[in-house]
Amino acid sequence: MTDRREFLFGLAKSAGIAAIGGLVWAGYLEGKRVSATVLRPPGAVGEGKFLAACTKCGLCVAACPYQALVLARPGDHMPVGTPYFVMREAPCRMCRDIPCAAACPTGALDLDLVRDRDAEGKGVLDINKARIGLAVIDRETCIAYWGIQCDACYRACPVIDRAITVDYARNDRTGKHAILAPVVHSDHCTGCGLCERACVTKKASIFVLPRMLAMGESSDRYVRGWEAGDEKRIGEAPEETRTMTPRSSKSPTDYLNREEP
Amino acid sequence: MATISENRYRIMRRTIQILLLALFIAGNVYGVKVLQGNFSSSLLLGVVPLSDPFALLQVFAAGTMVSAKAVIGGGIILLFFGVLAGRAFCAWVCPLNMVTDLADTVRERAGARVPGLQMSRNARYWVMGMSLVLSTVLGIAAFEWISPIGSLHRGIIFGMGAGWTAVAAVFLFDALVVRNGFCGHLCPLGAFYALAGRASVVRVRHVRERCTRCMRCVEACPEPQVLPMVGKRDGAVTSGECTNCGRCIEVCPDRAMHFGMRTTLKEHFDTEKADQNPDKNG
Repeated sequence: MTDRREFLFGLAKSAGIAAIGGLVWAGYLEGKRVSATVLRPPGAVGEGKFLAACTKCGLCVAACPYQALVLARPGDHMPVGTPYFVMREAPCRMCRDIPCAAACPTGALDLDLVRDRDAEGKGVLDINKARIGLAVIDRETCIAYWGIQCDACYRACPVIDRAITVDYARNDRTGKHAILAPVVHSDHCTGCGLCERACVTKKASIFVLPRMLAMGESSDRYVRGWEAGDEKRIGEAPEETRTMTPRSSKSPTDYLNREEP
Repeated sequence: MATISENRYRIMRRTIQILLLALFIAGNVYGVKVLQGNFSSSLLLGVVPLSDPFALLQVFAAGTMVSAKAVIGGGIILLFFGVLAGRAFCAWVCPLNMVTDLADTVRERAGARVPGLQMSRNARYWVMGMSLVLSTVLGIAAFEWISPIGSLHRGIIFGMGAGWTAVAAVFLFDALVVRNGFCGHLCPLGAFYALAGRASVVRVRHVRERCTRCMRCVEACPEPQVLPMVGKRDGAVTSGECTNCGRCIEVCPDRAMHFGMRTTLKEHFDTEKADQNPDKNG
Protein backbone atom coordinates (compact mmCIF):
# COMPACT_ATOMS: atom_id res chain seq x y z
CA MET A 1 0.00 0.00 0.00
CA THR A 2 2.74 2.46 0.93
CA ASP A 3 4.67 1.46 -2.18
CA ARG A 4 1.68 2.28 -4.29
CA ARG A 5 1.14 5.59 -2.52
CA GLU A 6 4.79 6.45 -2.95
CA PHE A 7 4.67 5.58 -6.61
CA LEU A 8 1.53 7.65 -7.19
CA PHE A 9 2.96 10.55 -5.23
CA GLY A 10 6.18 10.39 -7.23
CA LEU A 11 4.20 10.33 -10.45
CA ALA A 12 2.12 13.31 -9.35
CA LYS A 13 5.28 15.20 -8.43
CA SER A 14 6.86 14.56 -11.83
CA ALA A 15 3.64 15.52 -13.58
CA GLY A 16 3.48 18.68 -11.48
CA ILE A 17 7.03 19.70 -12.36
CA ALA A 18 6.33 18.91 -16.02
CA ALA A 19 3.16 21.03 -15.91
CA ILE A 20 4.94 23.99 -14.32
CA GLY A 21 7.75 23.74 -16.85
CA GLY A 22 5.20 23.43 -19.64
CA LEU A 23 3.33 26.54 -18.51
CA VAL A 24 6.52 28.62 -18.35
CA TRP A 25 7.55 27.21 -21.73
CA ALA A 26 4.15 27.98 -23.28
CA GLY A 27 4.17 31.49 -21.84
CA TYR A 28 7.59 32.12 -23.31
CA LEU A 29 6.50 30.86 -26.73
CA GLU A 30 3.31 32.95 -26.71
CA GLY A 31 5.37 36.08 -26.22
CA LYS A 32 7.99 35.19 -28.79
CA ARG A 33 6.33 33.86 -31.84
CA VAL A 34 4.25 36.71 -33.20
CA SER A 35 5.83 39.32 -35.38
CA ALA A 36 3.43 41.48 -37.34
CA THR A 37 6.09 42.84 -39.66
CA VAL A 38 7.77 39.65 -40.83
CA LEU A 39 8.12 39.31 -44.62
CA ARG A 40 8.14 35.65 -45.70
CA PRO A 41 9.65 34.12 -48.87
CA PRO A 42 7.51 33.69 -52.00
CA GLY A 43 4.94 30.92 -51.73
CA ALA A 44 4.68 31.14 -47.94
CA VAL A 45 1.40 29.82 -46.58
CA GLY A 46 -0.51 31.96 -44.06
CA GLU A 47 1.62 33.01 -41.08
CA GLY A 48 -0.13 30.71 -38.60
CA LYS A 49 0.28 27.69 -40.85
CA PHE A 50 3.79 28.79 -41.73
CA LEU A 51 4.89 28.80 -38.11
CA ALA A 52 3.37 25.36 -37.62
CA ALA A 53 5.13 23.87 -40.64
CA CYS A 54 8.56 25.54 -40.69
CA THR A 55 11.29 23.42 -39.10
CA LYS A 56 13.86 26.25 -39.31
CA CYS A 57 16.18 24.25 -41.56
CA GLY A 58 17.32 27.19 -43.68
CA LEU A 59 17.17 25.32 -47.00
CA CYS A 60 15.29 28.29 -48.51
CA VAL A 61 18.00 30.63 -47.24
CA ALA A 62 20.67 28.37 -48.72
CA ALA A 63 18.79 28.16 -52.02
CA CYS A 64 18.51 31.93 -52.52
CA PRO A 65 21.08 32.79 -55.20
CA TYR A 66 21.20 36.42 -54.04
CA GLN A 67 21.57 35.55 -50.35
CA ALA A 68 18.66 37.86 -49.74
CA LEU A 69 16.85 35.69 -47.19
CA VAL A 70 17.83 35.83 -43.54
CA LEU A 71 17.28 33.00 -41.06
CA ALA A 72 16.10 34.86 -37.96
CA ARG A 73 18.72 34.89 -35.23
CA PRO A 74 17.84 35.30 -31.57
CA GLY A 75 17.79 39.05 -31.05
CA ASP A 76 16.46 39.84 -34.53
CA HIS A 77 12.97 40.28 -33.06
CA MET A 78 11.57 37.88 -35.62
CA PRO A 79 10.28 34.35 -34.94
CA VAL A 80 13.59 32.65 -34.30
CA GLY A 81 15.05 30.36 -36.95
CA THR A 82 12.47 31.27 -39.60
CA PRO A 83 13.31 32.96 -42.93
CA TYR A 84 12.54 36.60 -43.66
CA PHE A 85 13.55 39.52 -45.85
CA VAL A 86 15.06 42.87 -44.91
CA MET A 87 14.00 44.66 -48.08
CA ARG A 88 16.06 47.79 -47.67
CA GLU A 89 19.19 45.65 -47.56
CA ALA A 90 18.39 42.65 -49.71
CA PRO A 91 15.07 42.48 -51.55
CA CYS A 92 13.63 39.47 -53.38
CA ARG A 93 14.89 39.34 -56.99
CA MET A 94 11.85 37.31 -58.08
CA CYS A 95 13.66 34.33 -59.65
CA ARG A 96 11.48 32.59 -62.20
CA ASP A 97 12.26 29.13 -60.85
CA ILE A 98 11.58 30.27 -57.25
CA PRO A 99 14.41 28.17 -55.75
CA CYS A 100 13.58 29.12 -52.16
CA ALA A 101 10.05 27.77 -52.33
CA ALA A 102 11.20 24.72 -54.29
CA ALA A 103 13.72 23.89 -51.57
CA CYS A 104 11.21 23.84 -48.70
CA PRO A 105 10.83 20.25 -47.47
CA THR A 106 7.80 20.79 -45.23
CA GLY A 107 5.36 22.80 -47.31
CA ALA A 108 5.72 26.00 -45.27
CA LEU A 109 6.60 27.41 -48.68
CA ASP A 110 4.10 25.97 -51.14
CA LEU A 111 4.91 26.10 -54.85
CA ASP A 112 1.20 25.68 -55.64
CA LEU A 113 0.63 29.21 -54.34
CA VAL A 114 2.99 30.57 -57.02
CA ARG A 115 1.82 28.37 -59.86
CA ASP A 116 -0.31 29.38 -62.81
CA ARG A 117 -1.77 27.45 -65.72
CA ASP A 118 -0.33 28.02 -69.18
CA ALA A 119 -2.33 27.92 -72.42
CA GLU A 120 -2.43 24.10 -72.40
CA GLY A 121 -3.58 23.98 -68.82
CA LYS A 122 -0.20 22.84 -67.54
CA GLY A 123 1.01 24.22 -64.24
CA VAL A 124 3.89 26.66 -64.61
CA LEU A 125 5.64 28.65 -61.95
CA ASP A 126 4.76 32.32 -61.96
CA ILE A 127 6.71 34.46 -59.52
CA ASN A 128 4.31 37.33 -60.22
CA LYS A 129 1.77 35.44 -58.11
CA ALA A 130 4.00 35.79 -55.06
CA ARG A 131 2.51 37.93 -52.30
CA ILE A 132 5.41 38.60 -49.96
CA GLY A 133 3.79 41.82 -48.84
CA LEU A 134 2.58 45.09 -50.28
CA ALA A 135 4.56 48.25 -50.99
CA VAL A 136 3.18 51.25 -49.16
CA ILE A 137 4.09 54.88 -49.88
CA ASP A 138 4.49 57.58 -47.25
CA ARG A 139 3.30 60.52 -49.31
CA GLU A 140 4.59 63.04 -46.81
CA THR A 141 8.24 62.06 -47.23
CA CYS A 142 8.17 60.82 -50.84
CA ILE A 143 9.93 63.56 -52.79
CA ALA A 144 7.94 62.77 -55.96
CA TYR A 145 4.82 63.82 -54.06
CA TRP A 146 6.64 67.07 -53.15
CA GLY A 147 6.96 67.78 -56.85
CA ILE A 148 10.63 66.85 -57.19
CA GLN A 149 11.20 64.54 -60.10
CA CYS A 150 11.98 61.02 -58.90
CA ASP A 151 10.87 57.73 -60.33
CA ALA A 152 13.39 55.44 -58.62
CA CYS A 153 10.77 53.04 -57.27
CA TYR A 154 8.80 53.00 -60.49
CA ARG A 155 11.92 52.16 -62.51
CA ALA A 156 13.05 49.52 -60.00
CA CYS A 157 9.71 47.71 -60.02
CA PRO A 158 9.93 44.36 -61.86
CA VAL A 159 6.19 44.60 -62.54
CA ILE A 160 6.54 48.16 -63.83
CA ASP A 161 3.34 49.89 -65.03
CA ARG A 162 1.19 47.34 -63.29
CA ALA A 163 2.37 47.17 -59.68
CA ILE A 164 3.60 50.78 -59.68
CA THR A 165 2.16 53.39 -62.02
CA VAL A 166 2.77 57.12 -62.13
CA ASP A 167 -0.13 59.51 -61.66
CA TYR A 168 0.24 62.89 -63.32
CA ALA A 169 -1.15 65.82 -61.37
CA ARG A 170 -0.88 69.58 -61.65
CA ASN A 171 1.56 71.16 -59.20
CA ASP A 172 -0.66 73.83 -57.64
CA ARG A 173 2.24 75.34 -55.73
CA THR A 174 4.17 76.44 -58.80
CA GLY A 175 1.22 76.53 -61.11
CA LYS A 176 3.28 75.38 -64.06
CA HIS A 177 4.87 72.05 -63.15
CA ALA A 178 3.63 68.50 -62.86
CA ILE A 179 3.71 66.11 -59.96
CA LEU A 180 4.60 62.62 -61.11
CA ALA A 181 3.37 60.56 -58.20
CA PRO A 182 4.03 56.82 -57.87
CA VAL A 183 1.01 54.69 -56.97
CA VAL A 184 1.09 51.03 -55.90
CA HIS A 185 -1.56 48.55 -57.04
CA SER A 186 -2.19 45.65 -54.72
CA ASP A 187 -3.45 43.29 -57.41
CA HIS A 188 -0.02 43.27 -59.07
CA CYS A 189 2.47 44.12 -56.30
CA THR A 190 4.40 41.02 -55.20
CA GLY A 191 6.04 42.79 -52.29
CA CYS A 192 9.50 41.99 -53.64
CA GLY A 193 10.96 45.13 -52.06
CA LEU A 194 13.07 46.32 -55.00
CA CYS A 195 11.27 49.68 -54.74
CA GLU A 196 12.12 49.95 -51.06
CA ARG A 197 15.77 49.37 -51.77
CA ALA A 198 15.77 51.83 -54.68
CA CYS A 199 14.07 54.66 -52.73
CA VAL A 200 16.38 57.65 -52.44
CA THR A 201 15.09 59.12 -49.19
CA LYS A 202 17.05 58.67 -45.98
CA LYS A 203 14.57 56.14 -44.62
CA ALA A 204 12.63 54.57 -47.47
CA SER A 205 9.39 56.38 -48.25
CA ILE A 206 8.11 53.32 -50.06
CA PHE A 207 8.35 50.15 -48.03
CA VAL A 208 6.91 46.67 -47.94
CA LEU A 209 4.52 45.62 -45.19
CA PRO A 210 2.78 42.27 -44.77
CA ARG A 211 -0.56 42.42 -46.56
CA MET A 212 -2.37 41.78 -43.29
CA LEU A 213 -0.91 45.02 -41.99
CA ALA A 214 -1.04 47.12 -45.15
CA MET A 215 -4.56 46.42 -46.40
CA GLY A 216 -8.08 47.10 -45.25
CA GLU A 217 -11.11 45.13 -46.30
CA SER A 218 -14.23 46.72 -47.72
CA SER A 219 -17.61 45.28 -46.91
CA ASP A 220 -19.68 43.34 -49.42
CA ARG A 221 -22.38 46.00 -49.04
CA TYR A 222 -20.42 48.72 -50.81
CA VAL A 223 -20.66 48.25 -54.54
CA ARG A 224 -18.63 49.79 -57.31
CA GLY A 225 -21.62 50.44 -59.55
CA TRP A 226 -19.34 51.54 -62.38
CA GLU A 227 -17.73 48.09 -62.60
CA ALA A 228 -19.68 45.45 -64.49
CA GLY A 229 -20.79 42.62 -62.26
CA ASP A 230 -19.55 44.11 -59.01
CA GLU A 231 -23.09 44.19 -57.59
CA LYS A 232 -23.00 40.39 -57.47
CA ARG A 233 -21.05 40.77 -54.26
CA ILE A 234 -24.21 41.92 -52.50
CA GLY A 235 -25.46 38.37 -52.87
CA GLU A 236 -22.61 37.23 -50.66
CA ALA A 237 -23.40 39.74 -47.94
CA PRO A 238 -25.26 38.41 -44.90
CA GLU A 239 -28.96 39.23 -44.57
CA GLU A 240 -28.69 40.71 -41.12
CA THR A 241 -26.14 43.19 -39.93
CA ARG A 242 -24.69 42.89 -36.50
CA THR A 243 -23.08 46.19 -35.72
CA MET A 244 -21.40 46.07 -32.37
CA THR A 245 -21.58 49.51 -30.83
CA PRO A 246 -23.26 50.73 -27.64
CA ARG A 247 -25.78 52.52 -29.78
CA SER A 248 -26.72 49.63 -32.03
CA SER A 249 -29.22 48.21 -29.56
CA LYS A 250 -31.27 51.37 -29.89
CA SER A 251 -33.22 52.52 -32.88
CA PRO A 252 -31.59 55.39 -34.81
CA THR A 253 -34.65 57.57 -34.15
CA ASP A 254 -33.96 57.31 -30.43
CA TYR A 255 -30.71 59.16 -30.58
CA LEU A 256 -31.23 61.22 -33.68
CA ASN A 257 -34.27 62.90 -32.11
CA ARG A 258 -32.65 63.31 -28.72
CA GLU A 259 -32.04 66.87 -27.70
CA GLU A 260 -28.45 68.01 -27.42
CA PRO A 261 -27.38 68.35 -23.79
CA MET B 1 48.21 13.53 -20.57
CA ALA B 2 45.76 11.19 -22.11
CA THR B 3 47.05 9.24 -25.06
CA ILE B 4 45.49 9.37 -28.49
CA SER B 5 44.37 5.79 -28.02
CA GLU B 6 42.41 6.80 -24.93
CA ASN B 7 40.63 9.41 -27.03
CA ARG B 8 40.37 7.67 -30.36
CA TYR B 9 36.58 7.68 -30.53
CA ARG B 10 36.43 11.19 -29.11
CA ILE B 11 38.73 12.37 -31.90
CA MET B 12 36.61 10.57 -34.50
CA ARG B 13 33.43 12.07 -33.08
CA ARG B 14 34.83 15.60 -33.08
CA THR B 15 36.06 15.13 -36.63
CA ILE B 16 32.62 14.07 -37.81
CA GLN B 17 30.80 16.78 -35.84
CA ILE B 18 33.07 19.53 -37.17
CA LEU B 19 33.12 18.09 -40.69
CA LEU B 20 29.31 18.09 -40.83
CA LEU B 21 29.16 21.73 -39.72
CA ALA B 22 31.86 22.64 -42.25
CA LEU B 23 29.94 20.87 -45.02
CA PHE B 24 26.76 22.77 -44.07
CA ILE B 25 28.61 26.08 -44.14
CA ALA B 26 30.18 25.18 -47.49
CA GLY B 27 26.77 24.16 -48.82
CA ASN B 28 24.84 27.19 -47.62
CA VAL B 29 27.37 29.96 -48.06
CA TYR B 30 29.69 28.76 -50.81
CA GLY B 31 27.36 26.58 -52.86
CA VAL B 32 29.32 23.35 -52.43
CA LYS B 33 26.28 21.15 -52.61
CA VAL B 34 27.32 18.20 -50.47
CA LEU B 35 25.10 19.19 -47.55
CA GLN B 36 22.66 22.09 -47.52
CA GLY B 37 20.29 23.27 -44.82
CA ASN B 38 21.02 22.28 -41.24
CA PHE B 39 20.31 19.48 -38.79
CA SER B 40 16.55 20.19 -38.88
CA SER B 41 16.29 19.38 -42.58
CA SER B 42 18.93 19.08 -45.23
CA LEU B 43 19.70 17.96 -48.72
CA LEU B 44 22.57 15.50 -49.25
CA LEU B 45 24.43 15.89 -52.56
CA GLY B 46 21.58 18.02 -53.80
CA VAL B 47 19.31 14.96 -54.03
CA VAL B 48 18.73 12.98 -50.85
CA PRO B 49 16.43 14.71 -48.34
CA LEU B 50 17.23 14.26 -44.64
CA SER B 51 15.06 15.49 -41.79
CA ASP B 52 15.04 15.50 -38.01
CA PRO B 53 12.26 13.00 -37.23
CA PHE B 54 11.55 14.55 -33.83
CA ALA B 55 11.11 18.00 -35.40
CA LEU B 56 8.69 16.43 -37.89
CA LEU B 57 6.82 14.70 -35.06
CA GLN B 58 6.31 18.11 -33.46
CA VAL B 59 5.15 19.55 -36.77
CA PHE B 60 2.62 16.69 -37.04
CA ALA B 61 1.51 17.40 -33.48
CA ALA B 62 1.09 21.05 -34.44
CA GLY B 63 -1.42 19.89 -37.04
CA THR B 64 0.57 20.12 -40.27
CA MET B 65 1.06 17.38 -42.82
CA VAL B 66 4.50 17.97 -44.29
CA SER B 67 5.42 17.13 -47.87
CA ALA B 68 6.62 13.69 -48.96
CA LYS B 69 10.17 15.03 -49.25
CA ALA B 70 10.31 15.69 -45.52
CA VAL B 71 8.65 12.38 -44.62
CA ILE B 72 11.21 10.47 -46.71
CA GLY B 73 14.02 12.51 -45.14
CA GLY B 74 12.75 11.82 -41.63
CA GLY B 75 12.33 8.14 -42.48
CA ILE B 76 15.93 7.81 -43.68
CA ILE B 77 17.28 9.30 -40.46
CA LEU B 78 14.91 7.28 -38.29
CA LEU B 79 15.88 4.05 -40.04
CA PHE B 80 19.59 4.80 -39.81
CA PHE B 81 19.60 5.48 -36.08
CA GLY B 82 16.66 3.26 -35.14
CA VAL B 83 17.90 0.12 -36.89
CA LEU B 84 21.64 0.64 -37.09
CA ALA B 85 23.33 3.25 -34.95
CA GLY B 86 21.06 3.72 -31.92
CA ARG B 87 21.33 7.02 -30.09
CA ALA B 88 24.61 7.77 -31.90
CA PHE B 89 23.18 11.09 -33.12
CA CYS B 90 23.84 12.58 -29.69
CA ALA B 91 27.52 11.65 -29.52
CA TRP B 92 28.56 11.66 -33.16
CA VAL B 93 26.45 14.33 -34.86
CA CYS B 94 24.88 16.79 -32.42
CA PRO B 95 27.06 19.92 -32.18
CA LEU B 96 25.86 20.64 -28.65
CA ASN B 97 27.65 17.45 -27.59
CA MET B 98 30.92 19.33 -28.08
CA VAL B 99 29.76 21.96 -25.60
CA THR B 100 28.52 19.52 -22.98
CA ASP B 101 31.63 17.33 -23.32
CA LEU B 102 33.73 20.44 -22.83
CA ALA B 103 31.74 21.32 -19.73
CA ASP B 104 32.36 17.82 -18.40
CA THR B 105 36.09 18.04 -19.13
CA VAL B 106 36.32 21.43 -17.43
CA ARG B 107 34.52 20.03 -14.39
CA GLU B 108 36.85 17.07 -14.28
CA ARG B 109 40.02 19.15 -14.65
CA ALA B 110 38.86 21.50 -11.92
CA GLY B 111 38.49 18.46 -9.72
CA ALA B 112 34.85 19.13 -9.04
CA ARG B 113 32.90 16.34 -7.43
CA VAL B 114 29.56 15.31 -8.81
CA PRO B 115 27.38 18.33 -7.99
CA GLY B 116 24.76 18.01 -5.31
CA LEU B 117 21.65 18.71 -7.33
CA GLN B 118 19.83 15.49 -8.04
CA MET B 119 17.71 15.18 -11.09
CA SER B 120 15.97 12.21 -12.61
CA ARG B 121 17.26 10.98 -15.93
CA ASN B 122 13.65 10.34 -16.82
CA ALA B 123 12.97 14.08 -16.85
CA ARG B 124 13.85 14.06 -20.54
CA TYR B 125 10.88 11.82 -21.33
CA TRP B 126 8.59 14.32 -19.61
CA VAL B 127 10.19 17.14 -21.60
CA MET B 128 9.68 15.11 -24.76
CA GLY B 129 6.02 14.52 -23.94
CA MET B 130 5.60 18.18 -23.09
CA SER B 131 7.17 19.13 -26.45
CA LEU B 132 4.43 17.24 -28.22
CA VAL B 133 1.64 18.48 -25.96
CA LEU B 134 2.71 22.12 -26.38
CA SER B 135 3.13 21.65 -30.12
CA THR B 136 -0.48 20.50 -30.28
CA VAL B 137 -1.81 23.24 -28.01
CA LEU B 138 0.15 26.15 -29.50
CA GLY B 139 0.27 24.98 -33.12
CA ILE B 140 4.04 25.38 -33.40
CA ALA B 141 6.89 22.88 -33.06
CA ALA B 142 7.48 23.72 -29.40
CA PHE B 143 10.98 22.34 -28.75
CA GLU B 144 12.36 23.69 -32.02
CA TRP B 145 11.59 27.18 -30.70
CA ILE B 146 13.68 26.88 -27.56
CA SER B 147 16.19 24.22 -28.55
CA PRO B 148 19.77 25.19 -27.67
CA ILE B 149 20.81 22.57 -30.24
CA GLY B 150 19.00 24.55 -32.93
CA SER B 151 20.45 27.81 -31.59
CA LEU B 152 23.93 26.36 -31.88
CA HIS B 153 23.81 24.75 -35.30
CA ARG B 154 21.76 27.55 -36.86
CA GLY B 155 24.12 29.99 -35.20
CA ILE B 156 27.24 28.34 -36.57
CA ILE B 157 25.75 27.79 -40.02
CA PHE B 158 23.56 30.87 -40.52
CA GLY B 159 24.70 33.48 -37.99
CA MET B 160 24.66 33.40 -34.20
CA GLY B 161 22.92 36.60 -33.08
CA ALA B 162 22.02 36.27 -29.41
CA GLY B 163 21.82 32.49 -29.78
CA TRP B 164 25.00 31.97 -27.78
CA THR B 165 23.10 32.70 -24.56
CA ALA B 166 21.20 29.40 -24.70
CA VAL B 167 24.42 27.53 -25.44
CA ALA B 168 26.20 29.27 -22.57
CA ALA B 169 23.32 28.35 -20.28
CA VAL B 170 23.70 24.67 -21.19
CA PHE B 171 27.46 24.86 -20.62
CA LEU B 172 27.04 26.39 -17.16
CA PHE B 173 24.27 23.95 -16.26
CA ASP B 174 26.45 20.98 -17.19
CA ALA B 175 29.63 22.38 -15.68
CA LEU B 176 28.23 23.64 -12.39
CA VAL B 177 24.80 22.20 -11.67
CA VAL B 178 24.23 18.65 -12.92
CA ARG B 179 26.82 16.40 -14.55
CA ASN B 180 25.65 15.61 -18.10
CA GLY B 181 22.67 17.71 -17.10
CA PHE B 182 21.35 18.64 -20.52
CA CYS B 183 22.14 15.64 -22.73
CA GLY B 184 21.63 13.07 -20.00
CA HIS B 185 18.62 14.50 -18.18
CA LEU B 186 16.67 17.13 -20.12
CA CYS B 187 17.09 16.92 -23.86
CA PRO B 188 13.89 15.64 -25.53
CA LEU B 189 15.75 14.93 -28.77
CA GLY B 190 18.04 12.59 -26.85
CA ALA B 191 14.96 11.03 -25.27
CA PHE B 192 13.45 10.55 -28.71
CA TYR B 193 16.56 8.83 -30.06
CA ALA B 194 16.81 6.74 -26.87
CA LEU B 195 13.31 5.42 -27.57
CA ALA B 196 13.78 5.15 -31.33
CA GLY B 197 17.12 3.37 -30.97
CA ARG B 198 16.07 0.81 -28.34
CA ALA B 199 16.44 -2.09 -30.74
CA SER B 200 19.35 -0.86 -32.83
CA VAL B 201 22.00 -3.29 -33.96
CA VAL B 202 25.36 -1.59 -33.25
CA ARG B 203 26.12 -1.93 -29.56
CA VAL B 204 28.94 -1.73 -27.05
CA ARG B 205 29.78 -5.22 -25.82
CA HIS B 206 31.48 -6.32 -22.62
CA VAL B 207 33.85 -9.27 -22.22
CA ARG B 208 33.65 -10.34 -18.59
CA GLU B 209 36.83 -12.43 -18.44
CA ARG B 210 39.07 -9.51 -19.44
CA CYS B 211 37.50 -7.10 -16.97
CA THR B 212 39.47 -6.19 -13.84
CA ARG B 213 36.58 -4.18 -12.39
CA CYS B 214 38.48 -0.91 -12.35
CA MET B 215 35.18 0.78 -13.26
CA ARG B 216 36.81 3.43 -15.43
CA CYS B 217 34.17 2.75 -18.08
CA VAL B 218 31.35 3.53 -15.67
CA GLU B 219 33.13 6.68 -14.47
CA ALA B 220 33.66 7.90 -18.03
CA CYS B 221 30.19 6.98 -19.29
CA PRO B 222 27.77 9.91 -19.70
CA GLU B 223 24.88 7.46 -19.16
CA PRO B 224 26.36 5.05 -16.56
CA GLN B 225 23.02 3.34 -15.93
CA VAL B 226 23.45 1.53 -19.26
CA LEU B 227 26.46 -0.47 -18.00
CA PRO B 228 24.98 -2.77 -15.33
CA MET B 229 26.81 -5.84 -16.68
CA VAL B 230 30.34 -4.56 -16.25
CA GLY B 231 32.39 -7.05 -14.24
CA LYS B 232 29.41 -9.34 -13.90
CA ARG B 233 28.61 -10.96 -17.21
CA ASP B 234 29.29 -10.91 -20.92
CA GLY B 235 26.93 -9.11 -23.20
CA ALA B 236 25.85 -6.03 -25.06
CA VAL B 237 24.51 -2.73 -23.76
CA THR B 238 20.79 -3.05 -24.30
CA SER B 239 19.51 0.35 -23.12
CA GLY B 240 18.53 2.85 -25.79
CA GLU B 241 20.04 5.59 -23.65
CA CYS B 242 23.58 4.53 -24.65
CA THR B 243 24.87 7.07 -27.18
CA ASN B 244 27.51 4.72 -28.65
CA CYS B 245 30.07 7.40 -27.87
CA GLY B 246 32.74 4.77 -27.25
CA ARG B 247 34.14 6.43 -24.11
CA CYS B 248 33.93 3.15 -22.16
CA ILE B 249 35.87 1.37 -24.90
CA GLU B 250 38.67 3.90 -25.19
CA VAL B 251 39.23 4.35 -21.44
CA CYS B 252 39.23 0.60 -20.69
CA PRO B 253 42.83 -0.52 -19.97
CA ASP B 254 41.87 -4.19 -20.27
CA ARG B 255 40.15 -4.18 -23.65
CA ALA B 256 37.05 -5.54 -22.03
CA MET B 257 34.73 -3.34 -24.10
CA HIS B 258 34.30 -3.20 -27.85
CA PHE B 259 31.80 -2.22 -30.51
CA GLY B 260 29.81 -5.13 -31.86
CA MET B 261 26.37 -6.38 -32.68
CA ARG B 262 23.47 -6.48 -30.27
CA THR B 263 23.38 -10.27 -30.61
CA THR B 264 26.22 -12.26 -32.10
CA LEU B 265 25.39 -15.23 -34.29
CA LYS B 266 26.85 -17.56 -31.64
CA GLU B 267 24.63 -16.06 -28.97
CA HIS B 268 21.67 -16.32 -31.27
CA PHE B 269 22.14 -20.06 -31.72
CA ASP B 270 22.99 -20.57 -28.05
CA THR B 271 19.72 -18.91 -27.09
CA GLU B 272 17.87 -21.20 -29.46
CA LYS B 273 19.53 -24.22 -27.86
CA ALA B 274 18.76 -22.87 -24.42
CA ASP B 275 15.13 -22.47 -25.43
CA GLN B 276 15.06 -26.11 -26.43
CA ASN B 277 16.68 -27.22 -23.15
CA PRO B 278 15.37 -24.77 -20.55
CA ASP B 279 16.82 -26.81 -17.65
CA LYS B 280 20.41 -26.10 -18.64
CA ASN B 281 19.80 -22.40 -18.66
CA GLY B 282 18.65 -22.39 -15.03
